[in-house]
Parts: sequence; structure tokens; C-alpha cells
Amino acid sequence: MLEVQNLSMRFGGLLAVDQVSLDVQEHEIVSIIGPNGAGKTTVFNCLSGFYRPTGGKILFEDKEIQGKPDYRISRLGLVRTFQHVRLFNQMTVVENLLVAQHRHLNTNLIAGLLKTPDYRDRERKSLDRAAYWLDRVGLLDLANREAGNLAYGQQRRLEIARCMVTEPKLLMLDEPAAGLNPAETRDLNQLIISLKEDYNVSVVLIEHDMSLVMDISDRINVISQGRPLASGTPEEVRQNEDVIKAYLGEA
Amino acid sequence: MVAQNFGHALFCAMITLIISFPILGFNLEAQGINVTLTGAKTTTIIGVVLASIIVFGFQLFRDAIMGALGTLPRFNPLAGREPMEPSRRVKLESRIITVLVVLFLFWPFMVSRGSVDLATLVLIYIMLALGLNVVVGLAGLLDLGYEAFYAVGAYTFALLSRYFDISFWLALPIGALLAALFGLVLGFPVLRLRGDYLAIVTLGFGEIIRILLNNWTNVTGGPNGIGGIPDPTLFGMEFGRRVKEEGNTSFHETFGIAYSGEHKVIFLYLIALVLAVITAMVIRRLMRMPVGRAWEALREDEIAARSLGLSRTAVKLSAFTIGAFFAGFAGTVFASKQGFISPESFVFLESAIILAIVVLGGMGSQLGVILAAIAVTILPELAREFSEYRMLIFGAAMVLMMVWRPQGLLPMRRIHIKLNRLE
Amino acid sequence: MQDLLYFSQQLINGLTIGSAYALIAIGYTMVYGIIGMINFAHGEIYMIGAYTALIAITGLATLGIAWLPAVLIVALICAMIVSSAMGWAVERTAYRPVRGRHRLIPLISAIGMSIFLQNYVHLAQGSRNIGFPALVEGGLQFGSGEGFQMSLSYMQITIFITTVICMTALSLFISRSRIGRACRAVSQDLGMANLLGIDTNRIISATFVIGAALAAVAGLLLGMYYGSVDPLFGFIAGLKAFTAAVLGGIGSIPGAMLGGLILGVAESLTSGYLSGEYKDVVSFGLLILILLFKPTGLLGKPEVEKI
Repeated sequence: MLEVQNLSMRFGGLLAVDQVSLDVQEHEIVSIIGPNGAGKTTVFNCLSGFYRPTGGKILFEDKEIQGKPDYRISRLGLVRTFQHVRLFNQMTVVENLLVAQHRHLNTNLIAGLLKTPDYRDRERKSLDRAAYWLDRVGLLDLANREAGNLAYGQQRRLEIARCMVTEPKLLMLDEPAAGLNPAETRDLNQLIISLKEDYNVSVVLIEHDMSLVMDISDRINVISQGRPLASGTPEEVRQNEDVIKAYLGEA
Repeated sequence: MVAQNFGHALFCAMITLIISFPILGFNLEAQGINVTLTGAKTTTIIGVVLASIIVFGFQLFRDAIMGALGTLPRFNPLAGREPMEPSRRVKLESRIITVLVVLFLFWPFMVSRGSVDLATLVLIYIMLALGLNVVVGLAGLLDLGYEAFYAVGAYTFALLSRYFDISFWLALPIGALLAALFGLVLGFPVLRLRGDYLAIVTLGFGEIIRILLNNWTNVTGGPNGIGGIPDPTLFGMEFGRRVKEEGNTSFHETFGIAYSGEHKVIFLYLIALVLAVITAMVIRRLMRMPVGRAWEALREDEIAARSLGLSRTAVKLSAFTIGAFFAGFAGTVFASKQGFISPESFVFLESAIILAIVVLGGMGSQLGVILAAIAVTILPELAREFSEYRMLIFGAAMVLMMVWRPQGLLPMRRIHIKLNRLE
Repeated sequence: MQDLLYFSQQLINGLTIGSAYALIAIGYTMVYGIIGMINFAHGEIYMIGAYTALIAITGLATLGIAWLPAVLIVALICAMIVSSAMGWAVERTAYRPVRGRHRLIPLISAIGMSIFLQNYVHLAQGSRNIGFPALVEGGLQFGSGEGFQMSLSYMQITIFITTVICMTALSLFISRSRIGRACRAVSQDLGMANLLGIDTNRIISATFVIGAALAAVAGLLLGMYYGSVDPLFGFIAGLKAFTAAVLGGIGSIPGAMLGGLILGVAESLTSGYLSGEYKDVVSFGLLILILLFKPTGLLGKPEVEKI
């Protein structure tokens, strides 16, 4: 469903991403790994529309999306999280999930002022969906807390729930396990697999935690210094000489 | 400690002397083409010296003074109190607003004509400040050209009545919608700019509109402005002594009461009151609607909001347009109240005053903004001898607020949406 | 020939105003380059410079001192001292305490400071505009006896020369002196400069002082050139200079010079060929267009949005 062909991103003289290609099929978890500064997050920023790539193509469901504005890409069903959690800290947990469902503001301005039945119905549905996902990630008890006051692991889960209420087709997670303890990482592991199995969402994952990557990925792409180094199943990547030298050997 | 500070304190005192003595100590006086210099009054000179000494003393004993100030809150009886429960606070706020509205309702029947006129002005400022509050306080966009939309509303009514004989009631929605349209058209290209650039660009827009009004003489009357703007009518009843328009009746004749100039003033006041209440209610509703949450989300973290599919331009533009709409509202009322408008009334200073109201009241807080609008408009009238210091004090207050209490005197408390179905 | 003379006249007028704008623009661009804020009160500091210079000139005249170079130099020094002190005090009281907070907070503080200073001078010196003596009179005339005569006044020459001297001195200061080097380091990375033991607070103060001193020079020059000052004198000029800084690329000193000159010429061509009333519209329009289409300006560095 996602196909990236020869993606390049240049900042002035620096070629941060050089001819990276990858693809994600439906019902699949694909990881991108690589040493720090390899350009993984830059790839994400290009995919999600924050950067306009300087070369290459990005096809999502057979439509070219490179260079489209970020909010449009998100509305197509390609939604991401961030390496450093970005929540709306002064809003409550449930409000964070409500905001994520507000794509079509203009149509309901008058309806909202008049509180039409249709509007109330929609508001109630948004709340229901928010409640469902809070329950799903185990944050329902904290629904009325300010998001900024949550523990780090809870913030990570809230960020994922916030993506899920938008009903994405492809979820992009940027180091979701960073800063989590082993138990939390195991839960996350379960959650990601469940997203794929139960909600039919494909996942692209950037991650440093090797156990997580090897456990849940269907396929892995390795990038080093902006260039693709290897790709394949976890087993293949584990045994790839270049990868061991460039990445695993270094760790 | 004191010895260490001595050099710095002396330096600060010197600076105080340098920045105040030449400007305050000498008066330039123009006599024809000649300019002469006279010394200022002795009291001024003493004041300057005193100020330097105070600065010296403060800097010398800075640590001790700041330490003492730090212990002050202990004497504040409210300091140790638990913050109020949000739901109770919301209730209290709406109760205060209700009391205010009732007070406003009876006000014109208790006081003189001049006071009613002033109160109308207060209401106009409340509308303006509530509108700007949407843009600055809720959406976090610093708009320094807000007076332009106010001008659009006022000029729309003035021009429509002059050329097409359109009444206040028809001009009111037209003026507001036209101001909103201006907001939409001007906002569309600039809203993707970063915060401080946006501020300067809106300032530029405000100036451009004022210059155009000033120079498009054959339509707007240029600096001479437009006069003879009609008063509003009540179901076809006019408030003048004689009926100006055919088919209308006059208010005092219909009800068989003696003519009084006060009727008109009170009527206009009541219109302004109703409009201000509508403004406050609509904005309060918007704050709880998806669009209000989107403003807030974009203000808090633009990148996250965009990643969730919120269009930066659409969200910001909605705030900008709604703000402009209410400025247009206020402008129409203003034109009707004054009966005469000129570009003079729509200078940058006007924007600055409205911004000061929003900042002092607490960005985003409706009650705070309403109270600040009342205070800022009425205080200079109460203390007339200080009225020339008004803008000086505003400027200083804006700086002080930003340094000590950027959230304003009555900071905004968010109205949280609650999930009530917790098992 | 006539047309060419007329055009050259507009060009000269534009370059004169433009070089003064450039002097003011330096203050905006240096402060923005270092702490990333718009010093909204900078126009007022320029206005205070002009007032101080006028007070000094009038004072000297009262004392009977009339030797032109002495008058100019004393007025210049007085203006620079007072403006610099003001720049220092403004940074200390209104900007330093709010540094690092949300972007809008320093800006609102700066707007408050601008209003405060305008009214400070208004209260002290009245709101009417006061005549500024034209100390440098006369000039060169070009063109035949009939028709349009192009003139290049000694005042204009003074403005050019002073600007060139100031800009050269500034460039040398930035590239050679210790403080100048520190300035460049701080504008690259404030946090790192701090770690390396540079007293960043002092450098920021120095930036404000330098900007204010140059604005004072412009205040004296433009005061004489326009022939009068009033408390609102700085507001529009400040906006123009800010436009110049943005046009050239905010944060870039050569950019500020280039931007000032371009803006001055654009304005004077508008006055010369359209109408003087619309010159402000042209410069604000220019500002809006640059911000929309090339927010980094002509010589600025692109900023990459960090996520």
C-alpha cells in the first residue's frame, strides 16, 4: 500500500537521505533501523509531508503523495507519532483524542452554534470512539487528567491512541519504545501486534530496541548514513554481514 | 554582597540619569521657526535625581529586597488556599457575568447621559476585546492590525447609509460580514507566517487600510471623514425630534411621551449591550466546539495538530475571520454612536489599546477581558488629571504583565470536556 | 535628458533615505540574529536619539557655540550616549526577564515598551512636531538653466559619508574585536556559547547598545534631513527599517544595508512617479510580499523547521 522509490532529501550541502526505497504491504509491520543520524526520522518527515523531498517518489495506495501538505497526507490515512512525544499538554486526555477527530471544522460551525441533533450525535460518537481507545490502551481511568501530567509511558500510549481515533490505514511510529521499561515495552509489543491483527492497520516502525524490532517486524529495512544498507526478514537482516558491521557491531 | 553590587548599582543609577535627564530636564519650545531650550521645573529635576537614587538603592540592596518580596505572599490570605474546583469556578464565572449583565441593564436608567455614552463605549470595547481574544488568546495569533476590521465595519455602515440609504439594522450584518470577508482575504496568504512575522504583517495591513481611507478622498472623504450617519430605529420608529424618513414614526410620539434626547442614547446603549452579550455567548460556545479545541491544539503544538489532519490555514483562518466579524459588529455600532467617523479613529494605537485589554485581562479568559475592558475605559475618565498618562501607563502595564504575570490578572481556565462514563 | 535627470534625482533621494534606514535596520537585524526577537521599541530609540540631538544642538546654540563640526559631533555623541543607555535599559527591564518564554510574550512586552517610550517623550516634550535646524545647507546643482534641475545637497552627501563610515566601523568591529567575535558565536548557538564561557548576557546587552547607537546616528541625520521631529517620528521609520532588515534577510548585516537601500529607492520612486501618499503603502506591500514569497530575504539563511 505504501511504496517509496529512490527517496532523497538534501539540506543545503548535506544529503540526509539518499535513494532510499522501501515498501509496505497491507497487514504488515515494517521496521526501519539504523545507527543514530542515519536519516530515519528524515524519511518519516518526508513520508508524512513535513518535508518536501528533493527527489524520488512516494506512492500511497497507488497515488503520488510526495510534496503534499502534511494534513492532507494524514487525512488519507497515513498518520504518525513523534520521537519526542507531542501531546497537547494542557488539554485533558480525552480532549486530545477529540481534537484528532476534528478534520471537518467548517461544515459544522453553524450546526455547532445551534446545537443541532446531527451535531450532538457526531459529538457523542467522537466521545464514544475516544472512550473506546482509552480503554484499549488502558488510560480510561485517566481520561479527565491533563495530558501533560501523565507518566511517560502513558503519554506514549496516548499518542498512539490519538492516532488510532483518526482510523488510519498506515501508522508510522517513531521510536515508540524509547524511554519505556521492559514491562511497558512488552505491552507496547502486544499493542502493535493487536493493531495489525485486530484493526487491520499496517505499521512502519523506527526503533532502536532490537528485541522489539526482531519480535514483531515482518520485514526490516536498514539505513546507514542516509543510504539503504539491507532489507529483508528479521532473520535475513540478523545474518547480513554489512548490517552486523555497520550497526549491530557498533552497539 | 552589598559591596559587590556597588559598581553595578552606580552604573544603573548613571543610566537612569542619562535616559531621563536630557529628555525630562530640558523643554524644547518652538516659537515660529526658532526653537529654544528652557530648563524644566525644579520638581522634575528633583524627580529625576530621586529616581536615580531609588534605582541606586534598589540595585545596592537588590538581594535583600527581592528576598523580602519573596516572603510577601505569606501575608496574602488567598495564597495558601486550594485552587478552586474547575466546575465551581466556571459556575462562579457565569454568575459574575450574569450579575454584570443585570447591572449593565439597569445602568442607563440610573445615571446621566454622559455616563450612558461612556458605557456604550465600554460595550464596544468589550466586543472588540472579546473578538481579539479569539485571535490572540485562543488561537495564539498576534494580530496588530485589528483596528482595520473595526474600520471596515464602521466605514461599511457610513458608506452604505450615505450612498444607498441603508439602515443600521441592515448595515449591521453587512458590516460584520464584510469585515469577516476582509479577514478571510487578508488572512489567507499571511497565516502561514511565523508568529512575530504575522504580527508585523497585520500591522502593515492595518496601516495600509488606514492610508487608503485617508487618500481615497472622493469616496471616504479622506481625513475629513464621513458625517451624518443615521441613528438606529426601533421597528421603524426614529429617535429624533422630527422624523427624517418618510413612513417612519417617531418614538416619543408613538408612546405619547415627551421628546428626550436621552431615549436615543439609551436605545443605542441597549443595542450595544445585546450585541455584546451575543458576542460573549457565541464565543463561549465556539470555545467548546471542535473549532475551539482545534484553535487550542494548534496553539499548543502546531506540528502535532497538523500530523492529525488539522489544516493549519483553515483553523487559523477561522479564528482570524471570526475575530474580524466581531470587530465589524463593533465598528457598525461605533459609527452609529458617533454619527461621524474618520481615519483618525482607526490608528494603530486603537489596536494597541484593545491588545492591552486582552493582555491585562488574561489571554483567553472572557471574564478577565470584560473586566479589563471596563477598567481600561472607565479609569481614565474617573481620574481625569491622569488621563494624559493613560497610554504611558498602558505601555508600562503591558511590559510588567509580560514580566510578572503573562497569563493576565484573571488567567484563563479551560472549560474541560469531561468523560462522565467512568465505570 | 530631462527624464534621466528626474530619475537620477529620485535615485539620489532614495539612496539617502535608504542609507539611513539601513542604519536603523542594523539594530533590528543584530537583535533578531542573536535572540530571535523583534525589538519593537527600536524605532522609539531612534526617535529619542533625534530628540537628544536636537536638545544638544539647541543647547549649544543657546550657549553661543556655532562652529558646525563641533556642534555636529557634540550632538552626535550626546544622541549616541542617551540612545545606547536607553537600549541597554530597555533590554534589561523589558526583554531579559521574558527571554526564552513563548514567542509572543517578548513581542508584547516590546510593544508595551514602544508605547511607553512614545508617551514618555510625548509627555516630556509635547506632541507637536518641533523644527530641526538645517545645519548643513547648500548643495550641488546639475542640469541646464531651464527645465528640471537635479540637486545633490551637502546634507545628502553627509548622510552617505556618515553611513559608510558607520557601516565600515561596524564590519571591522564585528570581524576583528573580541566582542564582535563573541557576537557571531552567540548568534550561531547561544547555548553553546554560554557553555564555552562567553558571557552571553553581556553580548546581548552589547548588541542592543550597538544597535541603539547606530539608530541615534540615523536620528540626528534624518532629523536634519526632514527638518522636524515629533514623538511618532520613530514609529513609521522603525517599521520601514524592519522591512529593510527583512528584505535583506533578517540576521544578516550586509542584508540590512542592501535592504535599506532598495527600500529607500522603491519609496522615492513611488513618491516621484506616483504620489507621496502611497509610499508607505508600497513599503508595507513590499514587506508583505517578501514575507510571503521569500521570508529568508535576499541574503538570509534558510531556516529548517525542526521536528
